[in-house]
Amino acid sequence: MTSDLDTVGRATATPDTDQPWRDLGLKGDEYERIREILGRRPSNSELAMYSVMWSEHCSYKSSKVHLRQFGEKAPETDALLVGIGENAGVVDIGDGLAVTFKVESHNHPSFVEPYQGAATGVGGIVRDIISMGARPVAIMDPLRFGPLDADDTRRVLPGIVAGISGYGNCLGLPNIGGEVVFDSCYAGNPLVNALALGVMKHEDIHLASAKGLGNKVILYGARTGGDGIGGVSVLASETFEDTGPAKRPAVQVGDPFMEKLLIECTLELLQAGLVEGIQDLGGAGISCATSELASNGDGGMDVALDLVPLRDPTLSPEEILMSESQERMCAVVTPDKVDEFLAVCEKWDVPATVIGEVTDTNRLRITWHGELIVDVPPRTVAHDGPVYNRPMARPVYLDALQANTPDSLPRPRSAAELQDTILDLVASPNQASKAWVTDQYDRYVRGNTVLAQPEDAGVIRVDEQTGRGVALSTDCNGRFAKLDPYAGAQLAYAEAYRNVAATGAVPLAVTNCLNFGSPEDPEVMWQFAEAVRGLADACQQMGTPVTGGNVSFYNSTGDTAIHPTPLVGVLGVFDDTDRRTPMSWGIDGELIYLLGTTEDEFGGSEWAHHQGHLGGLPPAVKLEAERQLGQILVAGSRDGMLTAAHDLSDGGVAIGLIEMALRSGTGARLWVPDGIDPFVFLLSESTARALVVVPRSEELRFTEMCGARGFPCTRIGVVDSGLGADLGRGEDQVVVIGNVYGEDLVLGLDEVRSAHSATLPAVLG
Amino acid sequence: MTSSPTSEGVSGARIGVVTFPGTLDDVDASRAVALAGAEPVTLWHGDADLRDVDAVVLPGGFSYGDYLRCGAIARFAPVMEPLVAAARGGLPVLGICNGFQILCETHLLPGALTRNESLHFVCRDQRLRVETADTFWTSDFEPGDEIVIPLKNGEGNYVADERVLDELEAENRVVFRYLGGNPNGSRRDIAGISNARGNVVGLMPHPEHAVEDLTGPGTDGLGLFTSALTAIVNA
Repeated sequence: MTSDLDTVGRATATPDTDQPWRDLGLKGDEYERIREILGRRPSNSELAMYSVMWSEHCSYKSSKVHLRQFGEKAPETDALLVGIGENAGVVDIGDGLAVTFKVESHNHPSFVEPYQGAATGVGGIVRDIISMGARPVAIMDPLRFGPLDADDTRRVLPGIVAGISGYGNCLGLPNIGGEVVFDSCYAGNPLVNALALGVMKHEDIHLASAKGLGNKVILYGARTGGDGIGGVSVLASETFEDTGPAKRPAVQVGDPFMEKLLIECTLELLQAGLVEGIQDLGGAGISCATSELASNGDGGMDVALDLVPLRDPTLSPEEILMSESQERMCAVVTPDKVDEFLAVCEKWDVPATVIGEVTDTNRLRITWHGELIVDVPPRTVAHDGPVYNRPMARPVYLDALQANTPDSLPRPRSAAELQDTILDLVASPNQASKAWVTDQYDRYVRGNTVLAQPEDAGVIRVDEQTGRGVALSTDCNGRFAKLDPYAGAQLAYAEAYRNVAATGAVPLAVTNCLNFGSPEDPEVMWQFAEAVRGLADACQQMGTPVTGGNVSFYNSTGDTAIHPTPLVGVLGVFDDTDRRTPMSWGIDGELIYLLGTTEDEFGGSEWAHHQGHLGGLPPAVKLEAERQLGQILVAGSRDGMLTAAHDLSDGGVAIGLIEMALRSGTGARLWVPDGIDPFVFLLSESTARALVVVPRSEELRFTEMCGARGFPCTRIGVVDSGLGADLGRGEDQVVVIGNVYGEDLVLGLDEVRSAHSATLPAVLG
Repeated sequence: MTSSPTSEGVSGARIGVVTFPGTLDDVDASRAVALAGAEPVTLWHGDADLRDVDAVVLPGGFSYGDYLRCGAIARFAPVMEPLVAAARGGLPVLGICNGFQILCETHLLPGALTRNESLHFVCRDQRLRVETADTFWTSDFEPGDEIVIPLKNGEGNYVADERVLDELEAENRVVFRYLGGNPNGSRRDIAGISNARGNVVGLMPHPEHAVEDLTGPGTDGLGLFTSALTAIVNA
């Protein structure tokens, strides 16, 4: 075997050897650049490292020039303790506490192997959180699939959900939110984004760097196997083709039990002060961890690769460098603390091995049984990858798409027609209950879950003494982004912001997961640039910094890119989670108010989508109104003026009302205000709106507050559990909407609930 | 470990909470013990030492990753040796979810927990009927009380042969039954059982997740922990 070893010496001696750079996902000019950096051809091990680290997934080579705006336009804030660029950003939430949160895509692995792809998506994002020194406390999974009844959806959805459930539940992390969206643009390319939230004290923040000459490099966690080789390069950074080799081996295989041990072990190591620098092994495995640790520290590292414990002893050094086997971490430890470090690992039954040490050579040198196989400047691997200013072009179809407004669609014109429309929508896959999915997730573990799906945002208590906590929501309407990516990204932001504020939390910081088609397509690149510009502008205007994010390109079905899907996560903070506002209303007589202004806006709406229509412009972005609405919702929560609140988005007032009624199990009487078309009032998706429920005793105080701020608030209904009896329906809970084309529109909650809850089980079993 | 309400430990009772590798709900169980007014005491799977506790909770989770079979490896942990002996001698022991599975594996309780009939993990707020108050862990309830506590498991389908099931019913050892739909296919809707003496109780739903209005569906779960406390203090 050793005789085949492509050492650095051999690479120098045989400059003309053909190398498989193309199969590893590199372009010709990138390969030339590597030769230029090294002054010779790379050894096969060096080639392996560069290929994974210079992949789109790891190097952000197509997105970097745009993502800079998140830093350049960052608002002035004291809230950010650690900014973009580390494993995850860290946000100050007061009282010496901080949280870190991040979302990442695992789209392609989940398509190839749904269970393991989704499971390891959870595992990877959780390791990002622990490598910042934080205890993971919650996860969320925004998911997007093709049509519910498509064959491929029935293949991938149950596996993806089972993977998230199997891995996340076994880690002991409550799953508190996320989304499940169906749209034909995701057929054959589901989006599996995974978010994790971690908590720490300010003084516990750890960063990935290898400092201190002579310090030891310790690899700990699972043994390295042959799974996930080239996951970031050949899998995450290319479009799928029907031909070509099977990509299943590029998917990693997860072991949540090991990850749970790794969490507890790592937190104990950090608490005991045994760690100088730490990095998780995710995409690009050992290549990434060693080159990043070295280039962020004193600049040099020696590693003996043959010391890496293996699951499969036949692995070659190139494979070990590229393997993305899960549940592994890398730490830099001073020599006097190595024994103590290893003892903690042994307590948790976690294998740990010293594989190298920090040097001052400015070189990352890796040996295999004593022979030098890698000798590179680590920065050139980790940070100096190629940067592309890819060509961009406004899509040629866009003018026609925007001109094709939903105005020509037939609208319901009577109470009966509108009732049918609403019942249809309630049962449509996107509006139907997602309990089939979320009931497979543990939302209770750790005992700090204050709100979880289907509430507007997940709310976690961070400090049990004071009740201090955070709210988190992720949102994106890809149809809006397709119609106008700049506005679409801002609308995603606005919805997440509104969801967080609806629970009573003050929105503070932002993360994102930007899912797009191929960056080599100028029209996709334009969508991407517009979305980034939109989100950066919104964050600047609203004073909420972007703390980090993730880009996933090459999401396409055949030649057709997915809708641009710039998923935005907003984090908000509570002084006391006891003040949270849920979405279910309380007792008879409480008053239902609509906050905000309703316009005739149906471009990209759920109603139009249900008719198979996509065209026109998305609803207007109203960031200043969102800010005012947020302030009202937070004040209402803080001063005890609200029983319930619910953000309005997909399906407008009608769907919002029904969700609140179903959640509370109590009926209500509503009326359509004069001067607005009932269809528009009930189903338009105008932004910066929410429904709130106010006890009678607080009505005056609340309406005066809205009046003083000049924010529109309209009384539209009252909670009433007795409407069933009035209509001769006994104890039935009923929502009655009056003034609908001169009639009452009557919705029995039992009927609505059956329609709402039957859709997913009918297809998924 | 977790926050302490003002009442913590006022009773002087000490209740141990065991952590195995892969245990998840130990923080929750400790919180519940503290809220009930006892002192939670951490017990480590690798130490054959019960630290003089007055009762023990085996919390939920995936001990040893549920590898081989739920609870099958945990029963061989060093802490289990003194625990099984003490339980046979009357020490109150509560097994929740994975803890129930471990108690069945040790044969402190009869039967076994198998894969849910739906083959899916299920998490929901579950209605239960308390069938008997004649155990150390339910003495603060009345028979027939209906409570709501979270249920979350993938392998909660209680099975035993007909003779054992008849015996459990005849001896008043079915402690909890599912109401409003059997979530996992358990025989005779059984959610929890006890040993003959009533000191060892196992159940699949999670009372430790229903101890605060803010974070649970209510506080119905607290009764199990206060019951044990009553038994300890009166002992």
